[in-house]
Amino acid sequence: MQLYRAHVLVCGGTGCVTSGCMDVHAELEKQLEKNGLSEEINVIVTGCVGTCDIGPILMVYPEAIFYQKVQVEDVAEIVEEHILKGRPVNRLMYQDKTSEIAEFIEKYYDIDFFNRQTRIVLRNTGVIDSTKIDEYIARDGYQAIAKALTEMKPIEVVEEIKKSGLRGRGGGGFPAGIKLELGHKADGDQKYMICNADEGDPGAFMDRSLLEGDPHSIIEGMMLASYAIGANQGYVYVRAEYPLAVDRLVTAIKQAKEYGLLGDNIFGSGFNYSLDLRVGAGAFVCGEETALMHSIEGLRGEPTPKPPYPTDAGVFGYPSVINNVETIANMPQIILNGSDWFNRFGVENNKGTKVFAVAGNILNTGLVEVELGTTLRTVIFDICGGVPNGKKFKAVQIGGPSGGCIPAEYLDTPITYDSLTSLGAMMGSGGLIVMDEDTCMVDLARFFLDFTQEESCGKCTPCRIGTKRMLEILERITEGHGQPGDIEKLEELAESIGDSSFCGLGRAAPNPILSTLRFFRDEYEAHIDGHKCPAGICKGLLNVEIIEDKCRSCGICARICPVNAIAGQRGQPYVVDQDTCTRCGLCIESCPFDAISKH
Amino acid sequence: MSSKLSTDQVQQIAKIIDEYRDQQGSLIPVLHKVQSIFGYLPDEAQKQVAYGLGIPVAEVYGVVTFYTLFNTEPSGQYIIELCMGTACYVKGAVDVQHEIESQLGIAINETTKDGKFTLRFSRCVGACSLAPFMTIGEDVYGRVKQEDVQRILSKYH
Ligand SMILES: Cc1cc2nc3c(=O)[nH]c(=O)nc-3n(C[C@H](O)[C@H](O)[C@H](O)COP(=O)(O)O)c2cc1C
Ligand code: FES
Repeated sequence: MQLYRAHVLVCGGTGCVTSGCMDVHAELEKQLEKNGLSEEINVIVTGCVGTCDIGPILMVYPEAIFYQKVQVEDVAEIVEEHILKGRPVNRLMYQDKTSEIAEFIEKYYDIDFFNRQTRIVLRNTGVIDSTKIDEYIARDGYQAIAKALTEMKPIEVVEEIKKSGLRGRGGGGFPAGIKLELGHKADGDQKYMICNADEGDPGAFMDRSLLEGDPHSIIEGMMLASYAIGANQGYVYVRAEYPLAVDRLVTAIKQAKEYGLLGDNIFGSGFNYSLDLRVGAGAFVCGEETALMHSIEGLRGEPTPKPPYPTDAGVFGYPSVINNVETIANMPQIILNGSDWFNRFGVENNKGTKVFAVAGNILNTGLVEVELGTTLRTVIFDICGGVPNGKKFKAVQIGGPSGGCIPAEYLDTPITYDSLTSLGAMMGSGGLIVMDEDTCMVDLARFFLDFTQEESCGKCTPCRIGTKRMLEILERITEGHGQPGDIEKLEELAESIGDSSFCGLGRAAPNPILSTLRFFRDEYEAHIDGHKCPAGICKGLLNVEIIEDKCRSCGICARICPVNAIAGQRGQPYVVDQDTCTRCGLCIESCPFDAISKH
Repeated sequence: MSSKLSTDQVQQIAKIIDEYRDQQGSLIPVLHKVQSIFGYLPDEAQKQVAYGLGIPVAEVYGVVTFYTLFNTEPSGQYIIELCMGTACYVKGAVDVQHEIESQLGIAINETTKDGKFTLRFSRCVGACSLAPFMTIGEDVYGRVKQEDVQRILSKYH
């Protein structure tokens, strides 16, 4: 094996690719070559490091120096100064954005964003080159399956997962061990294990980062679960919107086959296993387990009622167990280190960690893995730095279109499956969207209903018609035509849709409305009764007004207004006719004296 | 849209079908591959897939229309996909949408008269940290602001 003096890690996650890390990578290779360092320095392209908003990111080891926002022009300096002469480049180092003075933090492990996390699932992402199976193996990869196949019976694997207390990370939080047990006990020679990598919640990208950054952990987890239930065939169902993840998985599966880790008689144990990929085609409802299985069968991805449960009759009618990506990624660690070890993380009934994708109006966006039971405040403020631009935190949306909003009063709530549900939100897959004071909560509810309405597969009436009716009412309110009684109507509809829909999509569709009504009812009332949008977002409720003492009656606004809603005379302030005005805002932009405002 | 396929296209489709014929549940992977030839799924191609895999044409059509990533209409030379996921929405994707629409004179899901651009929404592509996010063909753009739109679009003229 070749030894290197130093390693340079280039983050190759989707976020950094968008920021141009591939050009930086090419330049790095070129500069190393030019300085005759190619033999001494090893360049590794890793999966997502987690700090997606400050890419491209380079890390230089052994010193663990973390460089952010590296441009192609910066590469020569890093190579010549740091790598050749040993003088790290200060100006490119990580900066703590919360501190008043520009403070550069050299070392990876001194950065709050990282050192407050507990990385079990993400232990390899951003650290290894995910296209090389050897790097995974060097980090204890495939040890857990070796242990299971050579030392454990399938039922012992089931028992170990059961004892760990691991719960499903795909939304519902169903105990993973119990599901495996049901699969294990199901009758039949033919069984299937399925990995749900559909990650449909907008604003969630944890599963994507895992698939890209550590695909072998998914393969190994799938093997363990399959061995436990007695399946010889597995499917990973990935959404088509994740081309890089698909790519990494294809590569990983190919390598595992070459190493004999997939195929027949693995580790001489007599266990045969084959793993295939299925790529989705853009339908949110396919994340629902029965719909997903129909999609694997090549049909329309419509949900069907349970029972029969997948563990009795799943894909092609055979017993099937389906788990989320993150659930599966936990399994190798549990089998390798034991359930007692896993039990040390988290709190009662909520063991282990959860990965969150934090985005929206937040200082540090990215991937955060913390122990369950950590408070929302720790994640949003201590790790992610809070809300930028001096704005106030308003709420955090958790659980996507099936979840809800949690306001500032509840920031000290420990994150557990149960605490979130009691607040009208849910763990969902782990997308956290932070919102500042400029977000209108009624408009946000409208946004989610627009999403679910569009994604409703149309099979059952309550969901198809009900989401449409709720959306119409929300549209009316945000356009300024809300009527007294609308709130009550929404509540009634929400209740009946929640009770009578076929699958989880419809049943959870009212949640964004119910939770915003619970915490921000006054905003709904302001829209309907007061004809005001307190956040200043809903165009139909804004008034464009000319500030009298600033107006110099130049007439530019009147000339530019496309609907002739502004009139006036020289020497007097101009006036906007509110009935004609379409609130397009052109006048505001054109006024040389900042005399027009929207509120 | 009923356009005749060329012999070459028919052969390409036949090859894809052959590759998957014996696999269970192969319709969706086959449609993905066929769509990559044309950029959409012409009626004739759907029929050939149906006959080839021994599935009723109506069922193929049902699957094609169910999934949003399958298109039945040809699209422009460049497809602009603007993310409308939550993070992008919260960060102002709607302003970007309006700007693109007014620059190109088309609405969402439309193609410009010269056949150059098609504008579509995409779902969250997981690049939420770079919201608002859009792609044009193979190019990706993060943190797009209203005022950037004209400059970005001009690259494709
Ligand atoms: C509308 C809808 C969408 C869903 N989307 C996903 C998804 O994208 N990813 C996921 O893992 N589970 C999703 N689920 C949950 C799955 O049905 C299922 O419960 C989960 O994959 C089980 O895995 P777990 O026990 O490991 O959490 C969705 C459920 C519903 C009702
Ligand atoms: S919401 Fe646009 S990339 Fe996630």
